[in-house]
Parts: sequence; structure tokens; C-alpha cells
Amino acid sequence: MRFLRWIIGLIIIGAFFYFNFFIYDGEILIKIINVSLFCALFVLVRVMFGPSPADRIVAVDILGILIIGMLALLGLHFEQGFFMDVALIWALLSFIASLAFAKVLEGRRLDE
Amino acid sequence: MNSALELIGMIFIFIGIAFDFFGVLGLVRLPDIYNRLQAATKCVTFGSAGILFGVFLIQGFTSFGFKALLGIAFIFLTAPVAAHVISRAAHRSGIPLAKETAVDQYQEDHELKEE
Repeated sequence: MRFLRWIIGLIIIGAFFYFNFFIYDGEILIKIINVSLFCALFVLVRVMFGPSPADRIVAVDILGILIIGMLALLGLHFEQGFFMDVALIWALLSFIASLAFAKVLEGRRLDE
Repeated sequence: MNSALELIGMIFIFIGIAFDFFGVLGLVRLPDIYNRLQAATKCVTFGSAGILFGVFLIQGFTSFGFKALLGIAFIFLTAPVAAHVISRAAHRSGIPLAKETAVDQYQEDHELKEE
């Protein structure tokens, strides 16, 4: 069973990188954004099948940090400055959301 | 001059996306909440900071580049605090460790304080 999971994971990762870097015909920034979206898919897998609530909180925190890098790359591709504003606000709000989730997980009230 | 800076920026972006990918792979692969937190937070923090530094090198001293530097400062201030708070809350709410764990010094300190 463990061996089967290893094989399935390696096939999925290898197929994605082959299609992204050798089949797909686009700019290099779009390819990098595709890799970032693939990472976000892995994080969503952890959000779905996480055994404990803390796993889901960690996954949402990491998803916020991934989206900051993705927004910077999108701003570089479209040559628009406002993507970075969205990224800064997303960083601060993701931090506050992580703190609030951790307090709720610990069993304390939010104004303590 | 400008093209050399763009080349160095693209190298930083590639290093950052590689760190992102391996950190997320650790988040899926490792057996325990604390191991997952260690792999994911360290690697993803350096990965996104590398991407933002590459964007700053490509854009130069414009408003876009300064916002990228400000984003690096925010990530370095907030991500370790969030990771520490999440791991502390997970340990206090009684989420079990992996079977292979050798020593748990936080639990030992807690028992000494209660006595």
C-alpha cells in the first residue's frame, strides 16, 4: 500500500512537470505560476484529508504565503502594481487569521 | 547591467519556486503535525521571500520593488510567530505526536511545573 502511494505520487508529479515544461508552449513566468498552482493543489489535499484541525490550520497558513508569491509573479507578468498591494494585505490578514484559529483551537476566548 | 539584474532575479525566482515545491511536498509527506509545520514553514517562508527578492531585483527601485521588499519584511515578522502559536496550541490541545518521537521536552517541563 505504501509502495503504491509512492508510485502514484511520483507519476502525478512527473506527468505535471513533463507537460508543464516540455509540452505546454508559453512564457516562462506562466510556467512558474503553473508550478505554484500545483503546490496550492497539494496544500488543498492536506486541507481535505488532514487528520486533526491543526493540520488544516497549518495548511491554510501556508496557502496564504504561497498566494503572496503567486501575486508577485502575476504582477510581474501583467506589469501592474496593484497586485503587490493585495499581497501585502493578504499577508497581514493571513497572520491574524492564524492567530485567531490557534486561540480557538487552544480553547480560549478571543479577547483574552 | 539591466539584463544581468534580470538574469539574477530569474535565478532567485527559480530557487524560490523550488523551495516552495519541496516545502509543500514535506507538508503532504511527513507523518506528524509538528514535522509538517517545520518543513512547510521554513521552506515556504524562504521560497516566497526568494520570489519577492527576485521581483525586487527585476523591477529595481520603483514602487513595485519597494512593495516587494515590504512584503519580505512582513513575511519574516509574521510567519515564525504564527508557526510558534499554532504548534503551542496543538500541543496544549492534546494532538498526539508521531510514534518515532524520541523526546518531548515541552511535556517534561509542564510536568515539572505541576509538581
